[in-house]
Amino acid sequence: MIRLESICVDFGGLRAIDHASFEVEAGRITGLIGPNGAGKTTAFNVIAGAVRPSAGRVLFDGKDITGLKPYQRAQRGLARTFQIPHEFTRLTVLENLMAAASAPEGENVFNVVFRRGSFDAEERAIYDRARETVRFLELEHVIDVPAGNLSGGQKKLVELGRALMRDPKIILLDEIGAGINRTLLGKLADKIKLLNTEQGLTFCLIEHDLDYVSRLCDHVLVMAQGQLLTEGTVDQVRNDERVIEAYFGGGKYEAQA
Amino acid sequence: MELTGLFFYLVSILIAGGIYALLCLALNIQWGMGGLFNAGIAGFFAVGAYTSAILTTEMSTKHLGGFGMPVVVGLIGAGVLAGLMGWAVARICVRLKSDYLAMASIGIAEIMRLVIVNESWATNGSLGLAGIPRPFGEFVSGRSADLVFLAYVWAVVLIVYLVAMRLYDSPWGRSLRAIRDNEVSADAAGKNIEKFRVQTFVIGCAFMGVAGGLSAHYFRFLSPSATDPLLVTFLTWVMLMAGGSGNNRGAIVGGLGIWTLWSVTEIFVNRLPPEWVTRSSYIRMLLVGLLLQFVLQKFRAGIIPEKSPPIRFRE
Ligand SMILES: Nc1ncnc2c1ncn2[C@@H]1O[C@H](COP(=O)(O)OP(=O)(O)OP(=O)(O)O)[C@@H](O)[C@H]1O
Ligand SMILES: [Mg+2]
Repeated sequence: MIRLESICVDFGGLRAIDHASFEVEAGRITGLIGPNGAGKTTAFNVIAGAVRPSAGRVLFDGKDITGLKPYQRAQRGLARTFQIPHEFTRLTVLENLMAAASAPEGENVFNVVFRRGSFDAEERAIYDRARETVRFLELEHVIDVPAGNLSGGQKKLVELGRALMRDPKIILLDEIGAGINRTLLGKLADKIKLLNTEQGLTFCLIEHDLDYVSRLCDHVLVMAQGQLLTEGTVDQVRNDERVIEAYFGGGKYEAQA
Repeated sequence: MELTGLFFYLVSILIAGGIYALLCLALNIQWGMGGLFNAGIAGFFAVGAYTSAILTTEMSTKHLGGFGMPVVVGLIGAGVLAGLMGWAVARICVRLKSDYLAMASIGIAEIMRLVIVNESWATNGSLGLAGIPRPFGEFVSGRSADLVFLAYVWAVVLIVYLVAMRLYDSPWGRSLRAIRDNEVSADAAGKNIEKFRVQTFVIGCAFMGVAGGLSAHYFRFLSPSATDPLLVTFLTWVMLMAGGSGNNRGAIVGGLGIWTLWSVTEIFVNRLPPEWVTRSSYIRMLLVGLLLQFVLQKFRAGIIPEKSPPIRFRE
């Protein structure tokens, strides 16, 4: 579904991604792991269009999307969450979710002023969907609170809610688990599984908790120092020497110790 | 006599206050909802004022036109031309971050004003345009004309308010506020940021142009000094901040309220000793600045702060 072809990303003098190529297959839940600073979030930014690669191509369903802007990719069915929450601060939780939905009739400025009836049905559907999502994410008690006033974990849930509101083909989840309580996290895992099996929704998730990854993911990509180190099932990569090396030993980490 | 004098003083405050309420509504669409820092209000105001004046005055050798058209046509023309200017500015600057947009818009607005002052074949330069008609000018004259104009101005305010409310209470407005709050995630949620911003800027500038047109018809005479950025841009910003950025009612309250205070300070300042009177406009600025400080200390988000619109389907 998503293919990176020898992608490079440079930030000033720092090469955050160095000729990385990998594929996120349709219908799967793929994990993306690796030590801090490996380039995982940057890879997501490249897929979503927020960061321009200095070399390489990004393919989405076989089509080259390297030149497309983030919103164009979103409109083609790509949704993402941010590692650091990017909530719409002054909008309420409900509005945050509703704003994320696509609303072609209601976002037409002519309709808004002169044809108020034209987006009623669309808006009603968005509202019902948002209510349902809020209920599922257990955010009902803060539904009318401006998102800027939420706790870190709640903001993460809003991030997830917005991605769900988009009706995407693929969702990129960047450390969605960080800061969310265990019970709810378990429920989220069930929901992700359900969306995957019932609706065939594709996921790619960055997560540091390997148990969580093993519970969800059929396939894991391992990144280290801007490159794809290896891939396989969780058990395969867990026992891979290079992975252990990247996490526990190796180069710069040893030098610091 | 004293009483009628006071009454018509009040009428004059309400007329100018209405024109400022329009400017505040327009700025609220751009800044309050859209987060676009327009520091060139005076430029769009000037374009509207001159457009409406040229369209409605009688044929003259001193300036372009006039075309002797009805006032309504003049005001629509003012909105259209100011909106087009806004579109041109937005196409160039809308990608800029807000502080840069502020600088770009102030520069472009000043260029527009300088063009107006210097292209005297069109605008009669610093001598100005005279004989600008009032709406229904053929039917009423004298002081009752002020009353008619008062009703006219507030009818326009009402229309613009209703439009602004519709913009605010809609998926369009919600997405616009989402873009204002977080551009990156609005982008990731499929919002075409540039399109929203261009639309927002054009709508706001068009209303600023209408406000400019109204002020030309009010004073019946128009010269470059009527578009002083201190009086137009600065004061409008103060009004919106005090009234409540992001709230249409706050915009109207801020416009009318600050204008009333501004007018009242004139009475005080005129009583000052002569050597101070020459500095009166600075003293008034200072007073208004202090007032804004005071208001914002007490009400952080203005007198009537932003509030999310109710959701229609809610039980
Ligand atoms: N906008 C940026 N400007 C400059 N350097 C950046 C930027 N974004 C990321 N980097 C650098 O790129 C490298 C990869 O960062 P990235 O955020 O992709 O890591 P990560 O794998 O997501 O790490 P973590 O697990 O800590 O979130 C880091 O060295 C980081 O400092
Ligand atoms: Mg990261």
